[in-house]
Amino acid sequence: MSEQQPLAPTLPLGDDRPRLASWRLFLSNGLTVASLCVLVTVVASALLAPWIAPYGVNAVDVAQQLQPPSAAHWFGTDDLGRDLFTRVLFAARTSLLVAAISVAFALVVGGVLGIVAGYAGGILDTLVMRIVDVMFAFPVLLLALAIVAIFQPGLWTTIFAIGIVYTPIFARITRASTLTVRTTPFVQVSQTMGTPVASILARHVLPNITGPLIVQTSLSLAFAILSEAALSFLGLGIQPPSPSLGGLLFNAQGFLTLAWWMSIFPGVVIFVTALAFNLLGDGFRDVLDPRQRTIIEARRTR
Amino acid sequence: MSETVLAVSGLHVDIGRRSIVRDLAFEVARDQTLGIVGESGSGKTMSVLAATGLIDAPGSRVSGSSLLRPPGADPVQLVGADRRTLRRVHGDAVGFVFQDPSTSLNPLLTVGRQIGESLEIHRGLTRRQARARAIEMLDAVGLPDPARRVDAYPHQLSGGQRQRAMIAVALACDPALLVADEPTTALDVTTQAQIVELVNALQRRKGTAVVWISHDLGLIGQVADDVLVMRAGETVDRQPVVDVFAHPAHGYTRDLLAARPRLRADGGPPAAPDAPALLEVDGLDVVFSLSTPTGRVAVHAVDDVSFTVRRGTTLALVGESGSGKSTIANALTGLVRPRAGTAVLDGRDVLRARRRDRRQIAMVFQDPFASIDPRCSVEEAIDEPLRVHRLGGGGRAARRTRIGELLEAVELDPALRTRYPHELSGGQRQRVSIARALALEPELVILDEATASLDVSIQARVLALLRRLQGELGLTYLFIAHDLAIVQEMSHEVLVLQGGRTVEYEPAAELFRSPQDPYTQRLLSAVPPTEPGQWSRGRAAEYIAPRDAM
Repeated sequence: MSEQQPLAPTLPLGDDRPRLASWRLFLSNGLTVASLCVLVTVVASALLAPWIAPYGVNAVDVAQQLQPPSAAHWFGTDDLGRDLFTRVLFAARTSLLVAAISVAFALVVGGVLGIVAGYAGGILDTLVMRIVDVMFAFPVLLLALAIVAIFQPGLWTTIFAIGIVYTPIFARITRASTLTVRTTPFVQVSQTMGTPVASILARHVLPNITGPLIVQTSLSLAFAILSEAALSFLGLGIQPPSPSLGGLLFNAQGFLTLAWWMSIFPGVVIFVTALAFNLLGDGFRDVLDPRQRTIIEARRTR
Repeated sequence: MSETVLAVSGLHVDIGRRSIVRDLAFEVARDQTLGIVGESGSGKTMSVLAATGLIDAPGSRVSGSSLLRPPGADPVQLVGADRRTLRRVHGDAVGFVFQDPSTSLNPLLTVGRQIGESLEIHRGLTRRQARARAIEMLDAVGLPDPARRVDAYPHQLSGGQRQRAMIAVALACDPALLVADEPTTALDVTTQAQIVELVNALQRRKGTAVVWISHDLGLIGQVADDVLVMRAGETVDRQPVVDVFAHPAHGYTRDLLAARPRLRADGGPPAAPDAPALLEVDGLDVVFSLSTPTGRVAVHAVDDVSFTVRRGTTLALVGESGSGKSTIANALTGLVRPRAGTAVLDGRDVLRARRRDRRQIAMVFQDPFASIDPRCSVEEAIDEPLRVHRLGGGGRAARRTRIGELLEAVELDPALRTRYPHELSGGQRQRVSIARALALEPELVILDEATASLDVSIQARVLALLRRLQGELGLTYLFIAHDLAIVQEMSHEVLVLQGGRTVEYEPAAELFRSPQDPYTQRLLSAVPPTEPGQWSRGRAAEYIAPRDAM
């Protein structure tokens, strides 16, 4: 063994086929790309609703009531002669807004609770997780109903209710991931170096648990849209005359035999959006879970 | 040479577009052992898995020929064989022992059932007959009290006992061929010696052909008759073991031989200079409280251990797994809280140090793959201690310069600073870990098995680096290891631990010249000697005694 050593050789990257970039793998799945396109379309049209909508949201025109789909009214009209296409656009806007804010709320609150409980352990962990268990024991809709019943029904109550319902899911997932990361040597190294806890959580723990969180976020968005629709359908969500997808369905209930278009179009939008979020979540999981990922990579090389 | 059991020729393995093994050929005969040596990634495991039809990596293609000739049966071509044929052969004519005894046994089945499984399938034995045979097998592999152990679950056995049970599973049907893939790598050195002797003894009794895969040429020298050296999927050397050691044909083999840590009969490291004491540990005592189904159990991990580390010298903590050596390191760095004892570093209490004072002791962990955050680049990893403790001049530019200096100090190309850990080799990562430890400008560096999971040639270079840094920077090391050959190279003083207690604490030169305690002597004799064959066939016969109580 010689004392004088040359610089350690650099690992040739070209020799070993580099791992495919995550986004390329992600885009190689046709189903994921399709769902991404659908979501972009839905979100874009919802955002641009005030500009692309051909009529006013609440522009009543009784003479045109219950018209079937036509060139003038693509999705037909409702019992008050309002253009259904316009109302579906604005309803999707409301629903997506509710879903996005409530899931963001759940992600932040649940994520912080989970990461702190998982890292701190001990009594704090037990306390937080038992509360989470209690919240899990309530049926989702019942819990949301109870929250809506306490406050006045409306946009922000709906958002708050759905956010609360999804918080425990995020808390549990974050805690489980944090527990595994917390015991890894690289976190221990940081501990022995005297790195502050906040810095360890932000720089080492959080980046290493994003995978499951991203997957759960996109799956939760799908369920949040469904929850909003359910609450509005029961009359406890968004209050008329503001349109929401669930509210439109509730309204269509009385005209099922007279005007099929009133229930079909909002229903299809709910279905397609929820499905697209689910498929997107699956796509994320395939790419972010290393074991799944190896399988896809192998399939590509065959 | 007697009859050939497995003949492999022209074996190629590709996974995806990468060629893993190219044009491999070997033969193993009855009663013979073929040792396959190579560093990690050299394709040694893949080639044997392919030759025995066990390869199941997605996208893998195998070509060539691998002919198994079980005595008294027709030859079987294993490359490209259908699943039925392979199922008939595996466990019957070919037995397997893998590296990790804790995962290769099914935790839900008793040891006896797992030994009996292949007997019931291949030999049509009844459950009762299989059980009787399982007891015989456990007795043959030297497990004490086999009639009781046959009903034990894997978690009730120690690592060495589990590997013995695994060997019993592999040999249950008297296979013509035994494939042992790094069977002792996960075990302690003394247990390794026992397993080697056990396989040799069973082989002599039954005439099994053995393929033994290892990264350790020293170990292969003790078990093999023929040696095949692999590098990057190619065969670089293939000779009888005596010839490999006496006149290696290839430069790579010579490098491997030279890099192998060996015990030296002569002097050893220079005696400790009369340096002032840096760290004084007195009466350190750590107790863990574990929850078990039968209630809380206190484990006395470190029991009243005292030692002194002198400035600029190395103290080695030596012992097998469970001896408490890592727990001492964790107590000194604040990862665990000791029950009693004091540790004074340069006049300050370490055990109750505040977060800000944590930079006096730096630690390098064993696993280079897990000890750097996969989401941090090399630069970010080394920057962390600088940022946290405002070292290296404070400013961002000054820190960048300092990172460059540190990378050069550990002989890494500064161009690597933007790389992520998965783009580095194991040796490079360990250098990054060392640079990160040096960034703290610590008084004491704890090296917790810092080179144990590296390939021998890389290990030799990292050890040389550590010695150079000690000389240049006057570093003080607490060197935790189980391999006495490395300890001899590195340390001025040695403390031998067993079950949390100090067994022997002496200057290295004296300890290696005349080890006092029987436990130290046992550790010493478990290091594979320089010459091939002398250990397992002769001296270590005493290890066959079923002494595996740990």
